[in-house]
Amino acid sequence: MAYGPHTGGDRARMLDALGISTVDALFDDIPAAVRATGLDLPPALTELELMARLRGLAGRNRVDLASFIGAGAYRHHAPPVVDQVLLRGEFYTAYTPYQPEVSQGTLQTVYEYQSLIAELTGLDVVSASHYDGAAATAEAALMTCRGARRGRVLLSRGVHRHYRETLATYFAGGSLAFDEVPLLADGPAAGTTDLAALERLLADRDQPVAGVIAAQPNVLGLLEPMAEIGRLGHAAGALFAAVVEPVSLGVLAPPGAYGADIAAGEGQPLGLPLAFGGPYLGILACRDALVRQIPGRLVGMTTDTEGRRAYVMTMRAREQDIRRERAASNICSNQALCALASAVWLAALGPGGLRDVAATGAARAAELEAALAAAGAPRLHPGPYLNEFAVRVPDAAAVHRRLLDHGVLAGIPTAELEPGDPALADGLLVCATELTTSDEIELFAFALREELLAGMGTLPGAGPPGGAALPALGSDAMEARP
Amino acid sequence: MSVTGERLQPSLFERSRPGRNRPRLPAAPADALDRIPAEALRATPPALPEVNEATLVRHYLNLSQLNWSVDGGFYPLGSCTMKFNPKVNEWAVRLPGLADLHPFAPDETAQGTLAILWELQRLLAEIGGMDAVTLQPAAGAQGELTGILVVRAYHRSRGDTERSEILVPDSAHGTNPATASMAGFRTVNIPSAADGGVDLDAFRAAAGPRTAGVMITNPSTLGLFEARIVELVDLVHAAGGLVYMDGANMNAVLGHFRPGAAGIDAMHFNVHKTFSTPHGGGGPGAGPVAVRAGLAPFLPGPLVVREADGRFRLERPGERPASIGRVRSFAGSVGVLVRAWAYIRAHGADGLREVSEDAVLAANYVRQRLRGTYDVPYDRPCMHEFVAAAATLRRETGVRTLDVAKRLIDKGFHPPTIYFPLIVEEAMLIEPTETESLETLDAFADALLEIAAEARTEPALVTGAPHTAPVRRLDEATAARQPNLRWRVAPQGGAGRGVAPARAPGV
Repeated sequence: MAYGPHTGGDRARMLDALGISTVDALFDDIPAAVRATGLDLPPALTELELMARLRGLAGRNRVDLASFIGAGAYRHHAPPVVDQVLLRGEFYTAYTPYQPEVSQGTLQTVYEYQSLIAELTGLDVVSASHYDGAAATAEAALMTCRGARRGRVLLSRGVHRHYRETLATYFAGGSLAFDEVPLLADGPAAGTTDLAALERLLADRDQPVAGVIAAQPNVLGLLEPMAEIGRLGHAAGALFAAVVEPVSLGVLAPPGAYGADIAAGEGQPLGLPLAFGGPYLGILACRDALVRQIPGRLVGMTTDTEGRRAYVMTMRAREQDIRRERAASNICSNQALCALASAVWLAALGPGGLRDVAATGAARAAELEAALAAAGAPRLHPGPYLNEFAVRVPDAAAVHRRLLDHGVLAGIPTAELEPGDPALADGLLVCATELTTSDEIELFAFALREELLAGMGTLPGAGPPGGAALPALGSDAMEARP
Repeated sequence: MSVTGERLQPSLFERSRPGRNRPRLPAAPADALDRIPAEALRATPPALPEVNEATLVRHYLNLSQLNWSVDGGFYPLGSCTMKFNPKVNEWAVRLPGLADLHPFAPDETAQGTLAILWELQRLLAEIGGMDAVTLQPAAGAQGELTGILVVRAYHRSRGDTERSEILVPDSAHGTNPATASMAGFRTVNIPSAADGGVDLDAFRAAAGPRTAGVMITNPSTLGLFEARIVELVDLVHAAGGLVYMDGANMNAVLGHFRPGAAGIDAMHFNVHKTFSTPHGGGGPGAGPVAVRAGLAPFLPGPLVVREADGRFRLERPGERPASIGRVRSFAGSVGVLVRAWAYIRAHGADGLREVSEDAVLAANYVRQRLRGTYDVPYDRPCMHEFVAAAATLRRETGVRTLDVAKRLIDKGFHPPTIYFPLIVEEAMLIEPTETESLETLDAFADALLEIAAEARTEPALVTGAPHTAPVRRLDEATAARQPNLRWRVAPQGGAGRGVAPARAPGV
């Protein structure tokens, strides 16, 4: 099926105008030796067939489970108004606003996105968007090196593993280096950044540190002493970059308030679907002083020749299409539509709604903590958390797998999140949001207790508690799987 | 408000009034945050705007109408492939089974999405004539970075650490040299030959033991197929380097040229160009990278693997130890990739070939119509896009390419890409795509011819354009010199700063 308009007559008219008889003549620059005669692809599908196949494939994903999984991507209520805006063809079928006179819609929405994230982070400058939290964190690290004119970054292991690995890839080519700062294995601050180790790493005079990067909340859901981490970094002449979860900023102190120079983070929780990993939204923000170091597009307010307020992409001399090999980054396409989604989501919720979402998640998480502890899975760390935490579960991977049969997606085994860390060998990282229900918590706790007892060789006890809504344990879609 | 009267919109913050957004979410328990240390909490709530849903909808609907879009009109931006974005693809990604799947969902709960991704890897490999594909890169530029880091890893795996240079033709996208720098390479710029193609002698002189590889865009940013591609590949390989192809222009050659079959070692696809995924006002895109078998060990993971029993799974950490590692979180921009899969499956092999044929035919047709009025450098058939130039027009009338572009807005067309490629004076890079009708192509050509006539009779009309857009030309110098990059909310909820001296539209 073609989406194009050309009839045989249209093609004939165009060929005629060109004085050729077949379109093949236009491909004569392709050397005969490498000219392809076709592709070996499955036959074209009609729209009916395509839709049926997509429905079938979507049905093979299990999204009916009671889900307690976060670990960098979080489900939240998305008011339908968000998707209604995203479905405006004027937004989603537009290109980068290089012609500002006919792009004021996109430009104003980006400016407003920058403004909303500036409010949320307490910082001044926000890039128009990056690919995701991982890429934004890598760019933040590169910014600290440019800003401090030093070549070494210290990265807390409390930053998501995918972000650390991405940073490692971004750093692989150049002369820059990074070291990881371990998390404390035990004690009252277990699971948070080891400040003594950070001080030791900062004290190496032969390798001055450009930037210190830590996450709030960290990958284990724990709250880090961000002000103290920033103070240690600044005392050593380094910049401080905070990796943040934006919904949490409805209640947690913003990076600008605890001295961060840069904030990076994953914007997906701001109303974007989980979609198995993307497209997501890389948030990158900084203080005014670093504006020349921030990569990616920036939209500024200005005036037109008649004095009307208008918006335009600005400070473009940092960008690849102008500076080429001397550009701050090679980024070109960004995540503009995802930034629009997050702006509509934030505006739909407003300050009160955002606070309610973040605080309700915290309340649900406390309820979850109590239920799981009662089921035999106490927390792995004693420190404060917002809405995500790890619990101790022996043989966690196997328990996690068996809980699927109960209709529960029991977070993620901590050993899968951080392979090889002995302190995290036996645990599940779980989270709750405003969408988590008491019934789901009860189901999870009941099923977990059953599995833990089964694991100890004790037969499971009574049936499910009254009132718990048990999802069906299978579905037609699963049975249809080949 | 937008059809008649003032079209510009006040900011979201100006529409805000305390108490206007009454909560529609369950209130959090009053003690929800009591267990969290005070120093970790924010002292004051963020000053987000407070608007009701009706106000919000009107704000964004009216803003949307200030935008040019493919849905609304012709968008002939060269190198961007602004083709129609099929609506069934938007329906597809909103299926709850696809949209609600968590990126850490266990493989056995993600078989539908994994099947799509695995199949897309194979489809792209076939289209590119390659052996392996990573879907992880989030955009073309990240695909380039991936490809060049793979090239670097390949050389290092052979103990070949002296190769520090990437050769880039001067017609390349700016992302190419920027990527080479990010990957730690020195960029060597190679001038183009007089016919617009690669200058083999210049490449031969530059290629040597320091050459890690070449980044080539084919078809080039001049809209020309590199007729000497086979010789170039041989020359680079003989010097021990690898050939990376920027696949931004694949829309011209689907089913006609398979880069891997021509010896090209690695390439990326811009699925937001070639495979119709929407540009979204600047993104999101996706930039899958395809490579020949020898480079597969170095690709970033996780790839999607099919087991002998037909089940799909993501690679596990460490499964391919030579991998360059991740370039982003999770599996990639899956929602974008699903649209690309749907586009390819809707077309099949013949359909994709026809896409390219129609795109190339349309570009040649428009080019033919502009000959004699605009400069049309490089006198040979073009691929899916072509360079026209207003250099002669400027010399004769003083009207520049920028003016022609802005005047096109008055005539109901988005301007083409202008002043790119950099090597053609007063360049306009025009890419009609295969989804524009002959009537539209003719109307566009007519408009450009009219503008050339106006440049001679009424130049002020052209140099003062646009006259009918929501705003006139902008003060970009002040925007850059005194950047105003965010709204600043006044402490007491009064009118915000950041409004500058600009005349604010009515609320």
